[in-house]
Amino acid sequence: MAATRRLRRTALPYLLVLPAVVLFLLFVLVPGGYALVLSFQARKVSGGLLGSSTTQVFAGLDNYRAVLADTELWSGIGRMVLVGVIVIPATVGLALLFALLLDVPRVRLAKVTRLAIFLPYAVPGVIATLMWGFLYLPATSPIGGDHVDFFSSVGVFFSVANISVWGAVGFNMIVLCTALRSVPTEVHEAARIDGCTELGMALRIKIPLLRPAIAMCALFTVLGSLQLFNEPNTLKPLSNAISSTWVPLMKIYDDAFVDSDLNHAAATSVLFTAAALLVSWVASRFVQSRAAS
Amino acid sequence: MTVVRRRPAPLPTLLLVLGALYCVVPTLWILVAATKSRTELFSTSTYLPSFGGGLLSNLADLSAYDGGIFWHWMLNSFGYAAIGGVAASLVSAAAGYALAMYRFRGRTLLFNVILAGVLLPQIVLAIPQYLVLSKVGLAGSYLAVLLPQLFNPYGIYLCRIYAAASVPQTLLEAGRLDGAGEFRLFATVGLRLMTPGLVTVFLLQFIAIWNNFLLPFVMTSDDGKFPLTVGLYSLLRHGAAEASLYSLVITGTLLAVLPVIVLFLALQRYWRLDLVSGAVRG
Repeated sequence: MAATRRLRRTALPYLLVLPAVVLFLLFVLVPGGYALVLSFQARKVSGGLLGSSTTQVFAGLDNYRAVLADTELWSGIGRMVLVGVIVIPATVGLALLFALLLDVPRVRLAKVTRLAIFLPYAVPGVIATLMWGFLYLPATSPIGGDHVDFFSSVGVFFSVANISVWGAVGFNMIVLCTALRSVPTEVHEAARIDGCTELGMALRIKIPLLRPAIAMCALFTVLGSLQLFNEPNTLKPLSNAISSTWVPLMKIYDDAFVDSDLNHAAATSVLFTAAALLVSWVASRFVQSRAAS
Repeated sequence: MTVVRRRPAPLPTLLLVLGALYCVVPTLWILVAATKSRTELFSTSTYLPSFGGGLLSNLADLSAYDGGIFWHWMLNSFGYAAIGGVAASLVSAAAGYALAMYRFRGRTLLFNVILAGVLLPQIVLAIPQYLVLSKVGLAGSYLAVLLPQLFNPYGIYLCRIYAAASVPQTLLEAGRLDGAGEFRLFATVGLRLMTPGLVTVFLLQFIAIWNNFLLPFVMTSDDGKFPLTVGLYSLLRHGAAEASLYSLVITGTLLAVLPVIVLFLALQRYWRLDLVSGAVRG
């Protein structure tokens, strides 16, 4: 018998990827391309319904110039970055802390606390914001909202960040717990016999072994921070501290649906998407270099 | 023997309990607040539940609001998340299996596109998706909310990893020698071996759709097609003018949180998050 392994010719792989490819074309490439086209156009006659009675004319880079000169967008990016600067270290740090604590032998109530910390993951951002919103609101606050102003010019960043952290810690904690479980138990045993304390083990053995998983969690959190929308948008009806253009995605929504300036919104979307892809690509390279080291 | 018997660890336990409290307090407070009538909400001690029948009247008010539309939203949310979750998992399973098990033309390109898709914040596509769907007259329909959520690059990526780790090529070779067709191998061997990973992909996508706000918010202005997130948000926006609606929003929030928590507790043991943490290698 000939021992040559011959791959059979089959059309199956093409059929299997077909649904995904069609969905990608229809819901990623076509909308993205359409936004790109709109971003280079301007509406000739203002008013009327979405592009039905008016004509679109080529406008070159005018929209992009207007977007880059849009100070409100830049302030929105600044606010998004500020919230991210709080959310990313807080989420990853707390997730790591809880995962390490759960890994300490003889810790009590591990099952219950693990579940409790994970549960907010199942709560939609909008619903979480409604809950925290009522906790912040002076009229209903059980956590001192009548003494502390959760919507002050500085406080509002922490109030928004807190909701994101609350929703994200549990998922990242579980990811880190799972990664910890793959650390061979002999490593623990050997360290214990050498008289290593739990704290020493966490710092010198577990955290270095967890580095790829920690980097992965950081990437998830960076991606989430770029998409900041639900929390500030839902807090807006509760407080004047949040404008309708508070973060870039709210600004894009506002341009598209309130001001009906689709071309400006499209140019902002294109720039924002490119910037977001760049940031997450850089973050993922960082993750890979961490995973390799 | 130098084996040290370890004392119970009070400090780690305390820290974990504090973390757990931080995570459950908002839900507990919503539970307490939902028992209060409209006037009690702003007048009574915030941590004490009320037994004056406030919960029942809140439930009745919420169910009566706008002809029981709240329950409609709940049903919509389940519909979107369940149908979208199953369909997206099947699409991901098929593509992930093909990418892992076959070498074919365009495979590398496709995989790179998928990786870029994982990094792309999907939410920025919602408005362009709306513009395209409104051109073809689909905006405002159930399909407009459902279809864009069926392409899940992260799900495809996870399925590829899981297929490579769980479906041995040798098994497929054996099946081929026995004369099984390629599709039959996928449907009977591949899908079956991939099931644990698929459950995780399904749950991740179910939660993602259940939690999604911007896409349905953009796609539909017909409140009969809202999922819970958009419905409660619209209720809150009306409530900004009428404080009496706050009790309804609070009760609705409680009812929105409970079913997912129950679903989660029930499906807990099916989670295979080692897939997400990179512990499964294909």
